[in-house]
Amino acid sequence: MSQVLVIAEHLNGKLNSSTAKAVTCAAQIGEVHIAVLSDSPAAVAAEAAAIEGVTKVLTVENAANANTLAAVLAPQIAALSNGYTHLLMPSTTFGKDVLPRAAALLGRPQVSDIMEVVDAQTFKRPIYAGNVITTVKVPAGLAIGTVRTASFKATALTGGSAAIEAASISVDLPSHTRFIELQAAVSERPDLQSAERVVSGGRGVGSEENFKIIYDFADKLGAGAGASRAAVDAGFCPNDMQVGQTGKIIAPGLYIACGISGAIQHITGIKDAGVIVAINKDPDAPIFEVADIGLVADLFEAIPEIEAALG
Amino acid sequence: MKILVGVKRVIDYNVRVQLKSDGSGVETNGVKMSVNPFDEIAIEEALRIRESGVEAEIIAVSIGTKDAQQQLRTALAMGADRAVLLETDSEVQSLDAAKALLSIAQKEEVDLVLVGKQAIDDDANQTGQMLAALWGRPQATFTSELTIADGKAKSLREVDAGLELIEVDLPALITVDLRLNEPRFVKMPDIMKAKRKPLDTIAFADLGISESPKLETVAYEPPPVRQAGAKVADVPALIAALKDKGVL
Ligand SMILES: Cc1cc2nc3c(=O)[nH]c(=O)nc-3n(C[C@H](O)[C@H](O)[C@H](O)COP(=O)(O)OP(=O)(O)OC[C@H]3O[C@@H](n4cnc5c(N)ncnc54)[C@H](O)[C@@H]3O)c2cc1C
Repeated sequence: MSQVLVIAEHLNGKLNSSTAKAVTCAAQIGEVHIAVLSDSPAAVAAEAAAIEGVTKVLTVENAANANTLAAVLAPQIAALSNGYTHLLMPSTTFGKDVLPRAAALLGRPQVSDIMEVVDAQTFKRPIYAGNVITTVKVPAGLAIGTVRTASFKATALTGGSAAIEAASISVDLPSHTRFIELQAAVSERPDLQSAERVVSGGRGVGSEENFKIIYDFADKLGAGAGASRAAVDAGFCPNDMQVGQTGKIIAPGLYIACGISGAIQHITGIKDAGVIVAINKDPDAPIFEVADIGLVADLFEAIPEIEAALG
Repeated sequence: MKILVGVKRVIDYNVRVQLKSDGSGVETNGVKMSVNPFDEIAIEEALRIRESGVEAEIIAVSIGTKDAQQQLRTALAMGADRAVLLETDSEVQSLDAAKALLSIAQKEEVDLVLVGKQAIDDDANQTGQMLAALWGRPQATFTSELTIADGKAKSLREVDAGLELIEVDLPALITVDLRLNEPRFVKMPDIMKAKRKPLDTIAFADLGISESPKLETVAYEPPPVRQAGAKVADVPALIAALKDKGVL
């Protein structure tokens, strides 16, 4: 029987939604344990223990774990993985940063962006910005991978009653890497990676001031707000809103792209969305090739009209 | 200071990749190849560090076939001082790539290794972090702003929650993100000049690195395609279509 260790992602004492998605992948492989590394893991551990199907939560309490520094976390994660058949993290910037470092310490290859579990050692993952899907087999021994969160629905956050246990590991932690600050964009809107609806704006929105039309539209729909790389690069909105190959890969039920042309790198980030709507004034924009519903229109006219119709 | 920059040869990002007809991999025959766009940003950053007044020697290193010399020539034309090709005809996975780059970094005693955060072919996003681990040195991934001073580097990292600022002691490994800089265009005279810059070749097998366990790719397939839907005539039709799909 496979024993899977999932490393929890959390911020400010709260479990990130990516963890429950990684658990869904892990549960398709075997028995699931979660490890919480933190300066004060109790609250997060309690949340993790309640996830359906999880049988054990390990905590590693250490002041050095107050921030997510890969150089500090990786040796602890490598030590924790002892005895497990699988080690998984979500394929968020957290998992992407930390897990390869742990894998190298363990001398094992890593499967990035697992999108499907074929069997305990075989997984599907995208390459070339999702234009090709490969099936890869992990050689005998510990299987390490990041989980493409858009490919897995989150496991229920209630119903579990896992035992919480303090893990005892002793590893030397480096002091060569120091956290200074996190400039987190404060937003009242739903988190992009778990939002049921997302409204995104592209270069066509034109300016930072104009982006208000995207935010207002998102608020009207109770949606998260996203953007294309061009919009972020132009300074219309912060980087954490970028959707796509090098931004966030998301899977909302409804995605509305406004003034976005539909470059392959952007489409990669929304392929798993339920319904894609495109509002673009260019009838030949490639976004219409993937949109379920397309509206050829000026976004500055269409969006207010939609809002008015919604009442 | 000495800076090592990783340069991977990949299918150009504008190319629509195709599977080989027998499904054994991705067609690279007759396809435009380029420097991995993220690595281009890494090269540019190294040049900007030097242009900011820091005395720096920039070494571009690529792992690949003889053809990767073209990408190294691009790095030299952009302004790298010299280049090293770790030549092999075999597929080199992230962990072995990390070992190979590290062997050069250690031989050259570099202060900084700059690589792209991912290569746009396998999209693995691993090599830099693995190199840093094996080196026992700091890593700053997803860097979108970099300052080097007093034997330290400050990296502003693009993370899901926003921007994270960290400080690392040198030597260190930096992986670069798209917004770090905009790479310069190479000018004709620079291409000519680059032809005279040193480009050494070392057989990958002669590096003496221990081979790591490898992932085996057992199948390649196209992704499921999303069928294009329909265009609607106006906003009322759009609302009706949304209601019809049950998302409003
Ligand atoms: C390595 C790499 C990684 C990348 N990663 C990403 C990524 O993660 N995410 C991403 O998005 N991109 C990414 N890109 C960039 C991508 O290739 C495109 O350049 C980018 O997505 C274009 O953004 P855009 O659609 O907003 O801008 P444009 O392509 O300029 O499109 C603007 C659109 O707005 C429309 N428009 C203009 N005015 C109006 C109006 N008033 N009303 C309605 N429509 C209007 C135009 O018709 C046009 O279609 C990446 C590129 C590279 C090379």
